[in-house]
Amino acid sequence: MNTKQRMLGTTVGLGLMAGLASVALAEEITIATVNNGDMVRMQSLSPQWEKDTGNTINWVVLEENVLRQNVTTDISTGGGQYDVMTIGTYEAPIWGNNGWLVSLNEGMADDWNADDLLPAIRGGLTVDGELVAAPFYGESSMVMYRKDLMEKAGLEMPEAPTWDFIREAAAAMTDRDNEINGICARGKAGWGENMAFLTAMSNSFGARWFDMDWAPQFESEAWSNTLNFYLDMMKESGPAGAANNGFNENLTLFQQGKCGMWIDATVAASFVTNPKDSTVADQVGFALAPDTGLGKRGNWLWAWSLAIPTSSEKQDVAKDFVSWATGQGYTALVAENEGWANVPPGTRTSLYENQDYLDAAPFAQMTLNSINSADPQKPTVEEVPYTGVQFVAIPEFAGIANQVGQQFSNALAGNQTAEEALENAQALTLEEMEAAGY
Amino acid sequence: MARAISPRKKLMWTALSWGIGLMIFFPIMWTFLTSFKSESTAISDPPVWLFFDWTTENYSTVLARSNYPLALMNSIIIAVGSTLLGILIAVPAAWAMAFVPGKRTKDVLLWMLSTKMLPAVGVLYPLVLIAKYFGIMDSRILLVVILMLINLPIIVWMLYTYFREIPGEILEAARMDGANLKNEIIYVLTPMAVPGIASTILLNIILAWNEAFWTILLTTVNAAPLTKFIASFSAPEGLFYAKLSAASIMAIAPILIMGWFSQKQLVRGLTFGAVK
Amino acid sequence: MATEHSKSSARIMIAPAVFVLLVWMLVPLCMTLYFSFADYRPMRATFDAWIGFDNYVSFLTSSSFLSSLGTTLWMVGGILSITIAGGVVLALLLDQPMFGQGIVRILVIAPFFVMPTVSALVWKNMFFNVDNGLFSYLFKFFGAQPYDFLSQSPLFSIVIIVAWQWLPFATLILLTAVQSLSSEQLEAAEMDGAPPLSRFWYIILPHLSRAITVVILIQTIFLLSIFAEIFVTTNGAFGTRTLTYLVYQRVLESQNIGLGSAGGIVAVILANFVAIFLMRIVGKNLDN
Repeated sequence: MNTKQRMLGTTVGLGLMAGLASVALAEEITIATVNNGDMVRMQSLSPQWEKDTGNTINWVVLEENVLRQNVTTDISTGGGQYDVMTIGTYEAPIWGNNGWLVSLNEGMADDWNADDLLPAIRGGLTVDGELVAAPFYGESSMVMYRKDLMEKAGLEMPEAPTWDFIREAAAAMTDRDNEINGICARGKAGWGENMAFLTAMSNSFGARWFDMDWAPQFESEAWSNTLNFYLDMMKESGPAGAANNGFNENLTLFQQGKCGMWIDATVAASFVTNPKDSTVADQVGFALAPDTGLGKRGNWLWAWSLAIPTSSEKQDVAKDFVSWATGQGYTALVAENEGWANVPPGTRTSLYENQDYLDAAPFAQMTLNSINSADPQKPTVEEVPYTGVQFVAIPEFAGIANQVGQQFSNALAGNQTAEEALENAQALTLEEMEAAGY
Repeated sequence: MARAISPRKKLMWTALSWGIGLMIFFPIMWTFLTSFKSESTAISDPPVWLFFDWTTENYSTVLARSNYPLALMNSIIIAVGSTLLGILIAVPAAWAMAFVPGKRTKDVLLWMLSTKMLPAVGVLYPLVLIAKYFGIMDSRILLVVILMLINLPIIVWMLYTYFREIPGEILEAARMDGANLKNEIIYVLTPMAVPGIASTILLNIILAWNEAFWTILLTTVNAAPLTKFIASFSAPEGLFYAKLSAASIMAIAPILIMGWFSQKQLVRGLTFGAVK
Repeated sequence: MATEHSKSSARIMIAPAVFVLLVWMLVPLCMTLYFSFADYRPMRATFDAWIGFDNYVSFLTSSSFLSSLGTTLWMVGGILSITIAGGVVLALLLDQPMFGQGIVRILVIAPFFVMPTVSALVWKNMFFNVDNGLFSYLFKFFGAQPYDFLSQSPLFSIVIIVAWQWLPFATLILLTAVQSLSSEQLEAAEMDGAPPLSRFWYIILPHLSRAITVVILIQTIFLLSIFAEIFVTTNGAFGTRTLTYLVYQRVLESQNIGLGSAGGIVAVILANFVAIFLMRIVGKNLDN
């Protein structure tokens, strides 16, 4: 082998190495997310980030239940298939506690301002002082109502209504011949569906899931009041297929003008006021979630958040993406492309100080008030051993609440009474909690 | 011997069969129509049938939001791959069971079929852990192997029943002529078995194409087939019937068309020994 | 000589299939068996390798177990009866002389190619939905109140969806059997003046019995593990939780792998009973 050849070899080698180095710089990350409107928008805007950083993204966009199956299986087996996962306020503390999530206290972009996050939201995503997930959008729940129907019924919606008023107004607005239902609320079984609504509602009725000794409380009078009130109200003024209606079904109903009131997530506000999809866009008013005068309102607190599993091998790139998607720059990008009303709400204080946003989003102040009025640390009237407003932050909750939700949904469908549903709920919760070693 | 039939009777049968046929086909037809509507037309009251503004907007939205070509490719590779691999293993086994039945043949066959009844989710965690151990999560090869295993009992059973209908005398004759086992399979058995094998292949491609538990839980991106592609469009926020319809049509069209074109072959061997 | 030779060859040829199935059965199954005696709850970071039969006891004594067995039986039974009754009718119908027989057959077998998730989604949203489903419009058109299928008759709704998917399969197998029926026999009966119903009862049905057993066998195998249709439509609510779905809930929703594995093992044992039972019937029918 002569010198020339050897040199050629070296040059090629160096060239190859340089090539490899630049390839190594451009990483490919896999992101799992829900197929909600805001996330789909993030997906469509993400080429911007890819262009800026040279990295590429593999999107796994799935329906919520399927997504949960996938990411839960992955995280609990340490699968390492995903670099960024979309999780909620329920999963974050549990997974964080197990050491499955990367702390975001460090390594985020310089302009990613953690102190700007809304305290209630940030608190829910913090485990032992470490932020384990970055909120993408935050939500509470509130009352959305039709101003025109309210007026027709001769009533006026107070800013902070009571449940009795809601029920009365719902009955007054109901016009079954014209397919107008006074109240739309979740009835579809699931811990994130009807149980989110009912658990939050039960808080305002003075009920709780467990007492301080972790004994299930479904036999309490407060739960009986909650469920009976809910069932009666839905029977009087709810839509026909209420037991199968989740967020999405109710959204469609409201947009079609078939609901007088709808109590659900604050993020729905931008959908129902969007004239493109909603036939009632200019007639929507907002009010705080109802109460019964016991000091707690029936609103929840949730944040869809981006988290990085410790099993990811590309944590730095992942952090870069999370910084981008949950930072203020992204908000500005959405505003520029889609208008201020469509930016992901409920995560940052600065958004609610931005006049452009306040002008474009009539629901902004109500959203902020709702979020601020929810307290995951003290969710109930009486003392409880758990945190979480519409959930109980223990690993067993999802499984139990799915089953309890089925009991309640079945009662709403008229297949059993409230008392039977509560009795079954009590029995199965007791069984599951005993199995879990409480 | 053809029976003489009055034209009126024939017309009656035609009308009745077409009526029922269209009723059974209707959900697919309706999905097809809906996929060309706008979201608000899709839920209009009363429903509109043919006279609306046809749009392909849903298809372009679906294409823009997900990697359809990759999902389609994965579905094809997984369905065809697992079927062929299964055939490769099953043909000798079914042949042996059909022509050289032993005392235990029946038990073996029985046992094979019973493995099919194992509830998938029961072995989910073990399988994920094994796949992770070998570093083959989200790979096509993993799904090819798993789906092959799931459908192998059906493949063996189908081939077995089909092979059994091949008259044994022919084989005897071949053996007398000194054909060894290999030649017996290649020159005598295979030509006779082709219809049975063909319909076994077709049936199993359909089954593998439509499998929606393992294909969803063992994949993320690289090996994700059409079953997972659908999950991106089910139950999002807002109106979604039209987009869901478009995605559904995209997911079922390839297999539906294949099925229609090959229905003769499919039907010919699809007897499971039911006819004698 | 030849038989000895082919016997050993036969063994070699069966070996690969038996081997892979053994591995498939044994490795994951042994792991499941192992987990079923363990307290394995990843969400709690709990792994206790031996807790005896606790998981089995709590799975079998829970009230949901017996009700899920009942649901499974109803569901499988319902689907089988609809597909077989419908299949026989359709097979006889398709055997009649008519125009465009090929196209009708194409229409009838189409549902078999639709993936379960898609058909469940389509039926649930575009047909059963009480506000925007086609059935509701139909009810309203006739002046009736819209009926909420999925909460009022959930089991029946799921049976309809699955039966729609499997009807083509039953029809095809039964059609082949109908076509093999000798027309002389039928004509002889016709000439003897046997009314259509007794012709059906005494000649056609006995002829089809073999095909019907095959349909029962093959479909049961698939129907016992129905999952997607329940997952998409009711998520197990309103008493539609089958044994398979119960195991799913234990494993994935409650994240109690130990309990779920015990449930899986119970399901395998029960499935084997069903298999042996079915084989007895089918075996007798197929042996002649």
